Order: sequence, then structure tokens, then C-alpha cells
Amino acid sequence: MWLINSSIGRKLVMSVSGLGLILFLTFHMAMNAVALFSGEGYNMVCEFLGANWYALVATVGLAALVVIHIVYAFILQIQNRRARGSERYAVTAKPKGVEWASQNMLVLGIIVILGLALHLVHFWSKMQLTEIVGGHEALVYQGLAIAPTNGAALIAINFSNPLTVAIYVIWLAAIWFHLSHGFWSALHTIGWNGKNWIKRLEVISNVYTTIIVIGFIAVPLLFLAQSLIDSNFVLEYVKNTL
Amino acid sequence: MEKNISFTLKVWRQRGPKEKGAFKEYKMQDIPTDTSFLEMLDILNEQLVNKGEEPVVFDHDCREGICGMCSLYVNGHPHGPSTGATTCQLYMRKFKDGDVITVEPWRSAGFPVIRDLMVDRGAYDKIMQAGGYVSINTGGVPDGNAIPISKEKADLAMDAASCIGCGACVAACKNGSAMLFVSAKVSQLALLPQGQVEAARRAKAMLAKMDELGFGNCTNTRACEAECPKCISISNIARLNREFISAKFKD
Ligand code: HEM
Ligand code: SF4
Ligand code: FES
Repeated sequence: MWLINSSIGRKLVMSVSGLGLILFLTFHMAMNAVALFSGEGYNMVCEFLGANWYALVATVGLAALVVIHIVYAFILQIQNRRARGSERYAVTAKPKGVEWASQNMLVLGIIVILGLALHLVHFWSKMQLTEIVGGHEALVYQGLAIAPTNGAALIAINFSNPLTVAIYVIWLAAIWFHLSHGFWSALHTIGWNGKNWIKRLEVISNVYTTIIVIGFIAVPLLFLAQSLIDSNFVLEYVKNTL
Repeated sequence: MEKNISFTLKVWRQRGPKEKGAFKEYKMQDIPTDTSFLEMLDILNEQLVNKGEEPVVFDHDCREGICGMCSLYVNGHPHGPSTGATTCQLYMRKFKDGDVITVEPWRSAGFPVIRDLMVDRGAYDKIMQAGGYVSINTGGVPDGNAIPISKEKADLAMDAASCIGCGACVAACKNGSAMLFVSAKVSQLALLPQGQVEAARRAKAMLAKMDELGFGNCTNTRACEAECPKCISISNIARLNREFISAKFKD
């Protein structure tokens, strides 16, 4: 199988799985952006997805992409270390034109998985997982039962904690760095060539990545700011969503 | 302006492929700045021979930037700190009085050290033998001139053909990947009508050989492009990717 046995085949798998994840991030960000304007609107999205069959199918597909991407990341890393030989250079210098992110994709990826694990605990386990196992409440907040489809309330509760928000910001910064290299690199890997195109692809990827990451970061920052300004904000907000 | 400088050389000494190597320091006195780097090593070797010591073994041949033999890793850069130049085109005026200059061999599993600073770059020959040629009858020179080729294509093919097979791309790459070299050798032919006929077979055979010889997987860090003495562009790598992937989908 050339997707396993040849270096370009392995790169193609990395690239296509990465692009699939970028597509997912795009949809996810667009849905989150709804929460910036309307909690009600956001909950409509949550109910539409929930644990319906199409959302479950998509989740399984997404999980497969993540697993493939990570397994290949480690295979490539091990092979590349071996190709480098056993002796290391005594003096190394970073040539100009080499992005920092491009040499640290695995480290950035590992930060991304750690953030992802926390994120799944914060939201997915309370929402889709709770529905799958037939639960009726995500959690109880100050005596109020929060339904698993009440994503807006979960956002307000989770993001009133400054530590959580700080971790999300670090996580999203790691995603930004990962994609600042990964996005154009993936297009390069599938064979989009041309001396002028390299520059264009880099610009397009950086703008796209920045838009996605800003869209994501806006939600925790907005909710943290509101909860800091008004100490009753979270309770009021949650009551409104019930 | 010419002047003389004195500096310390730290040179990798290794007696054979299997033996353990180590750095050895040499003090160089009053070397004129218009000496080339390899001439400076010649001076060192003459001193060593006069003292009855073993001279430093390093590869070199043309000493004018076309053969690709002078594979030295100087102060963290393949071919040293100059850009767009080979080690033989590097001059001592790039260094300052009192500098410590570290000279290492290429370090990559694909290029094992033979002795001191000399590595076995035979892997590149094997990759070329796997398909880096045209085996159809392309006629004589008049036939070549009779086939119209756009200026743009001709320039790209010529740029790719300027690769001298020196191995700096592998030496610079954190993944030990030979993709810049292979892609240049595939592109120089694939861009021209004479080479297109066998383009798919060539891309598959050369890549398979590169993988078999244990070179790494390219992750587009661009270190190769920055260090290549002939400034080969990584857009050749994207072209190789495309050639290879479309050939595989056709199979
Ligand atoms: C938000 C999730 C993620 C997205 C959108 C994403 C996207 C990408 C993309 C587009 C590439 C470029 C592929 C190429 O150059 O052809 C890439 C490369 C890479 N990713 Fe991810 N990734 C994600 C998560 C991860 C995780 C969790 C890891 C885990 C360890 C990881 C490790 C790597 C590594 C090591 C590379 C470089 C490999 C290479 O370029 O060949 N990524 N990623
Ligand atoms: S691509 Fe550049 S660095 Fe690599 S072998 Fe050719 S000339 Fe040397
Ligand atoms: S000795 Fe021929 S390129 Fe340097």
C-alpha cells in the first residue's frame, strides 16, 4: 500500500487528515460564533446536532481523522529521527526562512491533544456523551439542572473561570502555530506547486488560520469579561437559557 | 581588504566508519582573508604532515562550485555561512580574528562517515541509477532544437538542473530527507518533452529508491532550500509530490 510504504504516500495521509481537521475547525468556529450574539441561537445549533445520527456519524469520522493524524505523526517522527542518524551536530544554526513551527509540529500537536482532552471533559462528555448514555442533565449549577443540549449555559459556566480561559488561549495559540505551518504545507504536499503559489498559499493559510483562531478565542474572552464585570452574570445568563 | 586573521579550528576526526570520532582543536595563525576555506584546510594539512600527524581527510574536486564534492558543515551550516555558495567558494573573509570555527561532516543515516569529514554520498548515485535519466531515443541536437519549449518551462528546468548533488539538503534537514535533490532531478526532466514520456515511472522509481535507502519524510521546513548552494526551490518538491501522487492514482 503506497499510503503506508512510500514517504509521499504517508505525507498525503498526514495532509488530507490535517485538511479534514481544518474543515471541521471551520464549521466548529462558525457555530461557536453564534454564541457571541445569541445564547438561544447557539442552543438551537446544539439541539440540532446533539446525539442525532448524523452528528454521531460525523463524530466517529472526526475521531478517525484525529487518530490517523496522530498515529502517522508518530510514525513519521520516528522514521525521521532514524534517518537523521545517531550522531548529532555540535553546532546548529536556524537558517533564515525556516519557520519555528515547522520544526516543532509534534510538540505543538501534543499541546493540541492535551487541550483537546480537557475540552472534551468540559463540553463533549457533558453534552453528546451524556445523551448517548441516556442522561438528562449535563450538570447541576447552583441548584439548577442544565440539560445536555444547553451549550450556552455550559459556555457561561466554564468560561467564568480565568484559569480555564487561560488554558484555552494557550491551546488555541498552539493550534495557530500548528496551522501557520501545517495549512500551506498540506497544500504543498498534495502537489500545489509554483514559485509564486508558495507565497500565496502561505498568505492565504495565515489569514484563514488567524480568522479561525480569533473566532474561537473571542468566545471564552467575551464570557470571562462579562462574568468579571458583573458577578451575577453567569447565574442570570444560565437562568435565561432554561 | 586583505588582512591576516588567527582563529581556532574544531575539526571532527574519525579514523573509520565504525570508529568513534571526536573534535580536535587546531590553532591557525595569520591566515590571509583571501584564502579560500579549502586552501586554509590545505595549509592545516601541510602543517600536520610536517609534524608527522595524519592530515584531515575531506572531499573536494573542482573547487569552483560545480562538482558538489566539498561536503563540509561549517559553524552550523552546510557549506558554511555564505548563501548560494559551496564550501570551496567560501573565503576566510567571512570569519573574524579570534573566531572558533567548527567543521563537521554531513550527519545523516543516508550518508555514513568514511573518515574525518568525508562521507559516502553514494546513495545519491543509486537514486540517479534508479531512474534519473532518459532512455528513449530523443534524436540529435537538430531534433532538440526543432521541439518548441516555452521560455518559462525552459527556465524552470534549467534551474532544477543546476543541482550539483552535493547533499547539503539532506545535511540541513531535521528529517534527513533527500526530497530537494530527488525533486530537482525529477523536475529537470519532467518539465521537458523529452523527459515527460517517462516522467511517471521516473518519479516512482527514484522515490522508491530514496525511501529504501532510509532517507526521511519531508515536512516542508524549507531548511534545504535555505542552505542549498544552488538555491533550488521547494516548489520542485510540490511538483514531485504531484507527479508521484497522480502516477499512483493512475495505477
Ligand atoms: C486541531 C487539530 C489538528 C489539525 C487541524 C492539524 C492539522 C495539520 C496539518 C494541516 C498538517 C500538515 C500536513 C502536511 O504537511 O502535509 C499537520 C501536520 C502535523 N501534525 Fe497536525 N493537526 C492537528 C492536530 C495534531 C495532533 C493532535 C498531533 C499530535 C501529535 C499533530 C501532529 C502533527 C505533526 C507531527 C505534523 C507534521 C507532520 C508532517 O508535516 O509530515 N497534529 N497537522
Ligand atoms: S538540491 Fe541543492 S543542496 Fe540538494 S544536492 Fe542539489 S545542489 Fe545540493
Ligand atoms: S569542490 Fe567542487 S563544488 Fe566544491
